[in-house]
Amino acid sequence: MTITEVSVNLTINGQAVSVPEGTSIHKACESAGIETPTLCWAENLTPVNACRVCVVEVEGSRALVPSCARAVEDQMVVQTDSPRVRHSRKMVLEFLGSSVDLSQATDLAEWMRHYGADPDRYDQPDLPAERISEEPKIQDDLYIRDYDKCVLCYKCVEACGDDAQHTFAIAVSGRGFDARISTEFDTVLPDSACVYCGNCIGVCPTGAIQFKTEFDMRAAGEWRPDEQEVTTTVCSFCGVGCNLELHTQDDRIVKVTSPADHSVTHGHLCIKGRFGWQYVQPPTRR
Amino acid sequence: MADLFIGDDKADEIEIVAVAAAVGTPTAVVRESERLVYGGIHRRRDHRHLLLPALHGLQNAKGWISPGGLNHVCEVLQVPPAEAYGVATFYEMFRLDEPELGPETTHVTHVCVDAACQIADNEDLIAELEARGAHVHRSPCLGQCERAPAQFHQGIGRHDSVPADTVEVAVRIPQQGDPSLRLLRNVGVVDPTSLDAYRANGGYRALGEAIRMGPVAVCAAVADSGLSGRGGAAFPTGIKWRAVAAEQGRPKHVVANCDESEPGTFKDRVVMEQDPFAVIESLTLAGFATGAENGWIYIRGEYPLATARLENAVSQAREAGLLGADAAGSGHRFDIEIRRGAGAYICGEETALFASLEGFRGEPRSKPPFPTTHGLFREPTAINNPETLINALDIVLNGPEAYRRRGTERSPGTKLLCLSGRVSKPGLYEVEFGTTLGEVLELAGPLTGSGTLAAVLMGGAAGSFVGPDALDMPLTLEDTRERGTTLGSGVVMAFTDEIDMTDVAVRIAEFFRNESCGQCVPCRVGTVRQHETMVQIQAKGSLSAQRRSLVDDIAEVMVDASICGLGHTAASAINSAMALGLLPEGGHDDDH
Repeated sequence: MTITEVSVNLTINGQAVSVPEGTSIHKACESAGIETPTLCWAENLTPVNACRVCVVEVEGSRALVPSCARAVEDQMVVQTDSPRVRHSRKMVLEFLGSSVDLSQATDLAEWMRHYGADPDRYDQPDLPAERISEEPKIQDDLYIRDYDKCVLCYKCVEACGDDAQHTFAIAVSGRGFDARISTEFDTVLPDSACVYCGNCIGVCPTGAIQFKTEFDMRAAGEWRPDEQEVTTTVCSFCGVGCNLELHTQDDRIVKVTSPADHSVTHGHLCIKGRFGWQYVQPPTRR
Repeated sequence: MADLFIGDDKADEIEIVAVAAAVGTPTAVVRESERLVYGGIHRRRDHRHLLLPALHGLQNAKGWISPGGLNHVCEVLQVPPAEAYGVATFYEMFRLDEPELGPETTHVTHVCVDAACQIADNEDLIAELEARGAHVHRSPCLGQCERAPAQFHQGIGRHDSVPADTVEVAVRIPQQGDPSLRLLRNVGVVDPTSLDAYRANGGYRALGEAIRMGPVAVCAAVADSGLSGRGGAAFPTGIKWRAVAAEQGRPKHVVANCDESEPGTFKDRVVMEQDPFAVIESLTLAGFATGAENGWIYIRGEYPLATARLENAVSQAREAGLLGADAAGSGHRFDIEIRRGAGAYICGEETALFASLEGFRGEPRSKPPFPTTHGLFREPTAINNPETLINALDIVLNGPEAYRRRGTERSPGTKLLCLSGRVSKPGLYEVEFGTTLGEVLELAGPLTGSGTLAAVLMGGAAGSFVGPDALDMPLTLEDTRERGTTLGSGVVMAFTDEIDMTDVAVRIAEFFRNESCGQCVPCRVGTVRQHETMVQIQAKGSLSAQRRSLVDDIAEVMVDASICGLGHTAASAINSAMALGLLPEGGHDDDH
């Protein structure tokens, strides 16, 4: 039996593009060499299309469409750089910049420059724009949650739930601007369903959820990503064969990630792979 | 989820009893799904859609949802506690912190703070209630705009109620008994609690006729009639029904969207309260036409009388064999399950309604796929509001030609309009499409107060303001669209020049800010920034040119990039108010 792949022909920015049926507009843009900003999209998660930073204009559609979630259709005519697209992308970035701390969302800074986003223009001298203001939640030695950096992209919820871990320790609570990622009744993590797989850290795009090691080093002014080396290895705890990327600074492991495109676990790990590396190095000497 | 983690807090006896009462009764519609449980696939009932009823049970029992109560619900329904908490915190009617109420407290009094009540001295009512020691909750539109300022009592340990429902003159249908009425024919004339009375006045003849015609002919008649949805989007009903009828091989649903929460709208409430059997008959007819076996009514939580009347109508219809294994002798299985919302405007959006009914947060889903293929439980679904549904009865009974004799070519039939604001006879009116705005306002009598007409809000908070120059506008889908406004859900709210429109605009902006589900950035943050701008006008007395351009920028991204209709329309009324010069402009910002 042979499986024939059906191709779909569409036009992106006037350029003819042919991709397999079922491809997202976002992927089709990528294949045409067009970069698209994304925030809530990830290779290893189901698209929730909540952030709307990847919107494109599709001929015949009244509103803009999220390129991450919409599949291509034959003869679709897509614009990724029209005035409407540029405006919406700029505004989404401005809205986020005006309401949360994006200082650790390094990808976004470049896009904000690209679209000329000016988050400060919402502040009035006597009427400052409302921001999300939360104290970091430090409830254990493994990771912290700092929700004034949270853009509510739902990635951590997806990774904790249906898309990877099936633990469902966190969910979106509240509504509108007051919506927050939370455990039930904001219970502290050690008393919640959390199993410390750290997959929420792996998918967080803004540093709202991060390793305690990184958080402490940043606070001490010792976090220097430019000096960090990344070594790919295979987790030694069991026979599954998850790939680990050990981030080291000054010959010490400072955090662990896993490549999203890896065939075994698609970037998701368990507590051992994610946090079980202390034994290879002596305790921090401070 | 056999290994669900549930915390240590335990429910008390009252909570356990309340949850059992809420989820214990067998449901008319049974949901089954395949689930992987350890080694094998077991058929088990998927109970998640009982989450909202269970949460209502807890809230009603104690006046709040305690950690122990929530844990118990999670245990019973096998829902992760974090998700159940996320669902509970989504709704206005649920409290997750223990309120300071005395043991004698029987209810919390919700008082409406939206436009119609805002201009009817609701603050005086709130002050008076608080002085009497009532526990007051400021609520978005309660759907009683014809009797503003509106109140709703959310019961603790007893049923919810609406004080106005017990008053003799509660229902205001000024045209009551007029022989030209179609949709409101039975209202105030036929006993809404009696199936016999309904049948004696021609009830269930349409369903009989539909069964004689067969589903294909019914869909054809509805399509030929030109009936379109009455909730605001005006989608052709016949096309929707045919699309669902064409789906085969999966369970199908028809849903009555009774979650009307658009500020200024109360039409479906009056229909449900005064002619509930018509809603049940027409939903059954829709089920027959589309081949759906499952009927659902999702009614907003603040409508206790309508809920009770519909429950009574369903049970009487079931007893008479009009619902069930062989509904009305059609050879077709059909039954109806009623679900209460819990205070969330967004749940009137069809995909958000599905999510809410399924036991998830009422967050809209991206379309496509559309409900006709991926609706409730991702199965084919036809969803209509009561006004749209009851139109189908006349179409089937008298034929599409007769139906089209009223109204205009492109807007056939009649329309229910919710008249409120500064008119002397506020209430629900039924008029032919094509009646002018001026004629409609005349029906509702002279303006009240000493001012002159300044603006009319068409279609609610998601609609737009028009000025006195629009009185000659025929109220049709095509004419309103041409004039840049909308009929929406049928709101016609009159404002006089005595009213400070800035206050009204601030409240409309606050409404959208509060009601945004928070899922997408354009709406979640855009509604906040828009509200801040309106507050600025209020504080400074005018809107500078710089801020004016910011308002336009905010509106554009909400319209273009929001997921659903809430974001798409959140700037509409405010933009129209500015265009009409109802808000002060000019002046400069201190810097920028």
